Amino acid sequence: MDIFFQQIINGLVQGSVYALVALGYTMVYGILGLINFAHGEVVMIGAMVALAALQALLAAAFAPVLAVLLSLLIAVAACMALGYSIERIAYRPLRNAPRLAPLITAIGMSIVLQNLAMMIWGREYHSFNLPFTSNSHHLGGAVMNDVQIGIVVVALVIMAGLMWLVHHTRTGRAMRAVAENPAAATLMGVDINRVISVTFMLGSALAAIAGFMVSANYGIVHYYMGFMLGLKAFTAAVLGGIGNLRGAMLGGVLLGLIESLGAGYIGDITGGFLGSHYQDVFAFFVLIAVLVFRPSGLLGEKLAERA
Amino acid sequence: MLINRIALLAALAVIVAGCGKSETSATAASDELVIKIGAAGPLTGPQAHIGKDNEYGTRMAIDDANARGVMIGGKKARFELLSEDDQTDPKTATIVAQKLVDAKVNGVIGHLNSGTSIPASSIYFKNGIPQISPSATAVKFTAQGYNTAFRVMTNDAQQGKALGEFAVKVLGLKNIAVIDDRTAYGQGLADEFVKAAEANGAKIIAREYTTDRSVDFTAVLTSIKGKQPELLFFGGMDPQGVPMVKQLRSLGMKTQFMMGDGGYTPKLIDLAGAAVEGTYASLPGVPLDKMPSGRDFAKRYEAQFKQPIQLYAPYCYDAVNVMIAAMQKAGSAEPAKYLPEIGKVELDGVTAKLAFDEKGDIKGGAVTLYQARQGKWQVVQTMGGAPAAKP
Repeated sequence: MDIFFQQIINGLVQGSVYALVALGYTMVYGILGLINFAHGEVVMIGAMVALAALQALLAAAFAPVLAVLLSLLIAVAACMALGYSIERIAYRPLRNAPRLAPLITAIGMSIVLQNLAMMIWGREYHSFNLPFTSNSHHLGGAVMNDVQIGIVVVALVIMAGLMWLVHHTRTGRAMRAVAENPAAATLMGVDINRVISVTFMLGSALAAIAGFMVSANYGIVHYYMGFMLGLKAFTAAVLGGIGNLRGAMLGGVLLGLIESLGAGYIGDITGGFLGSHYQDVFAFFVLIAVLVFRPSGLLGEKLAERA
Repeated sequence: MLINRIALLAALAVIVAGCGKSETSATAASDELVIKIGAAGPLTGPQAHIGKDNEYGTRMAIDDANARGVMIGGKKARFELLSEDDQTDPKTATIVAQKLVDAKVNGVIGHLNSGTSIPASSIYFKNGIPQISPSATAVKFTAQGYNTAFRVMTNDAQQGKALGEFAVKVLGLKNIAVIDDRTAYGQGLADEFVKAAEANGAKIIAREYTTDRSVDFTAVLTSIKGKQPELLFFGGMDPQGVPMVKQLRSLGMKTQFMMGDGGYTPKLIDLAGAAVEGTYASLPGVPLDKMPSGRDFAKRYEAQFKQPIQLYAPYCYDAVNVMIAAMQKAGSAEPAKYLPEIGKVELDGVTAKLAFDEKGDIKGGAVTLYQARQGKWQVVQTMGGAPAAKP
């Protein structure tokens, strides 16, 4: 039972990160119908910038807590600028092009960012250590440390904040309007370019926070770290119903739990026939099963409504 | 980069000039036998310093042989070095190998990596040129049925065996969990470890897997935690080892942690911080100051090349001497004639007592075990290997 409880915690921590990144995919898709494959790379850049800022601030003798908060802010700012630029440079000129063009551009952008990061920060793994120790807490028989508690709490707060922003502010209303019908929104006086820029910047800010959290949790950063994370988060977004904010959150947490329980029990369930390296297969199997019965994801709208 | 190119060109020019000279002098003194030894390894790129170290080790052996005057088949031999840059690239390695073959080398010391030694070995085999790698550890290198491929370095199978024996016999651990990253290296090492551990009476209570891209192992570690192993062995590299050992400790597990040479890196200690304390890792071969004449060798090396030994220079030195010993026994430097003698060579080298098994692997290759203590890799003990007699 302790083991099961620990696997749930593992899944929740992992799932919170997936959910934050998935929100970035789903927001952009909801508004533009574009899958921003460069999003995973924004997470990585966020982590890299945070690391550089953290080292610089600690070297300048800032108090540890202040340095951590400031470096997170710097990473968020840098990623918002990056998200804005990506949209401005790579996607806006192609907004009215056939759908395949921006998709390919997105993949290209992802490769460009990855290589850029490789040139700046090198191929090696860098250590990402918070300047204070992360204490472990025993909850029954399971263990959870400060960083992991932080990840779950911060993710919850941010998701609640985002829901409030989308449903109770002017900007949020504009975003929902553009998502529903861009042409009509323009006629109603919504500055569609501004809304799209804001969406990209919001998504990138979440990516920066996610990047900071993964790095703090695993203690290492690498120029390639965004690729797999981006792919998983995209899967989470599809699982929950891409374009749907609640869906991204649900999908992220579910994917985290499925992976964790899958890796933990798949060997026992199949009698050793499948091992724990099939944890990704397990996750994608669940995804396929869900899509067979609900093609638009768990919480997705029916496709006809968007067409 | 430009300077590197110029240096390389200059080096090539010297080699070409050297070849030219040797032909004229060979005709001048017909009783002198000119023997070309090829050396191949990365001389540019991130591993350039290790490649250069190999070249220096080879050069030192050649200089020594020329200085002491080796007689082969009644003729005085003069050895020459042809050094080539394989850039750690498998494709370049085959080009370089062909180049050495075309230059009619009598034997090759190289390459540095398994990834380059293996593709190059087929070219040497086709042309019947003996190849002794100082540092390739992949089992496949000598398992391809090529009678030209030898190595003076412990292979991964020997390493996995030594690790398994160490865990059970020396540390006395009986309940062991094993994870590997499903790469040729990680899986191979873990399989050999399991075989050796079980043969010595240990129980493998969990066999889990991951990939060489993963960073989250909490699920796998949690399921292992339930089985309460005394030791966790990971067959893989340090990018996975770092988060794995950190997550192991943050899950509150006191299980001992062990890796192969993929973990024996300064990076593992730098990146994992306090969590790495007590971790075991191994490195094929013997630490320099445990080698029979290691200190003396290091002193001479530093005097000649004005830098400390990086890694494998002593192994290159030994590899050349194995080749020379085989030539002397055969009374010829012709590859076809002295090749059969290499397998029969028994020699007290710098690194160990050198002898080969039927595959071309070194007999009873040594593996040294290290433990991370106070943020440093410290030697625990060396397993296997027959140390050479004190000179």
